[in-house]
Amino acid sequence: MPKVHDRGGWPNDDSVDHSEHEMEEWERQVDALNGVLGDKGLKNTDQLRRAIESLDLTTYESLAYYEKWTAAMEMLLVEQGVMTTEEIDAKVADLKQEQS
Amino acid sequence: MVENGHHDGHGHGDNAEYYSLRAAAMQALLIEKGVCTLDDILTMADKIDSRSPKDGAKILAHAWVDPEYKKRLLADAESAFLELGYDLPETSPKITVVENTDEVHNMAVCTLCSCFPRAIIGRPPAWYKELAYRSKVVVDPRGVLQEFGTAIDEAVQVRVIDSSADYRYLVLPMRPAGTDGMSEEQLAELITQESMIGVGLALAPENVRAS
Repeated sequence: MPKVHDRGGWPNDDSVDHSEHEMEEWERQVDALNGVLGDKGLKNTDQLRRAIESLDLTTYESLAYYEKWTAAMEMLLVEQGVMTTEEIDAKVADLKQEQS
Repeated sequence: MVENGHHDGHGHGDNAEYYSLRAAAMQALLIEKGVCTLDDILTMADKIDSRSPKDGAKILAHAWVDPEYKKRLLADAESAFLELGYDLPETSPKITVVENTDEVHNMAVCTLCSCFPRAIIGRPPAWYKELAYRSKVVVDPRGVLQEFGTAIDEAVQVRVIDSSADYRYLVLPMRPAGTDGMSEEQLAELITQESMIGVGLALAPENVRAS
């Protein structure tokens, strides 16, 4: 059984969906943030890849592209001690309150 | 980590709400901690937006009209990009240009993820990143070509190139017939994103004029 990300030859009867996904602003910023963290030496492609590849099968298959990047980025930032999960949770709560 | 069930993978479901908030929180914390500024992020986003298939098309059209440039491009793509003013960032993975001919048709995939020559032609299209393409193209490349409406003669060898985090590929499509008198700018219009990945061919000139 190959690992979750290793899709070559994985049975798949779906046809290739040619529709383009209109990028949302938050996805554009995640894409950019990833580049910025790369420039700052806080992550490289292999680290991002390793984090994405460590997702469990259900998560891997159900998340959209930049959702996976976000999950991976959180893993890396917490792992490197740049921030804690609790800090992120608290900030999410603040943001929700601001929105309501 | 996933709070909800399935969606179509295109990211407009409840997962998007959850992850967009996580992303906004991380971004705010990075800025508060002085790791980066909002300006760093927006500048980077603009920089990424500035690359598109048009850049690749310009380079490849130049290779169609200048055989010596084509040789250099196939031998050492990065130096050849630089000749036309495309300076790859130091962190960019190596990019190689592969040529489609009467004998070999190349097409690129990243079975493991979504590795793509972003530094030259921008972000990959959605289908390139999705499971159907990544799973099927290495088993049934001709079937996948058919899905894209691309007919490749049985006598032509189809070669699928798997990209990686370190090596990425740009396909130089065959120059279509009937393009002899065309300018480099006109030729570049024939070179589509799909043709640079190898799931399509360069457009026939009549198809461009018609559109």
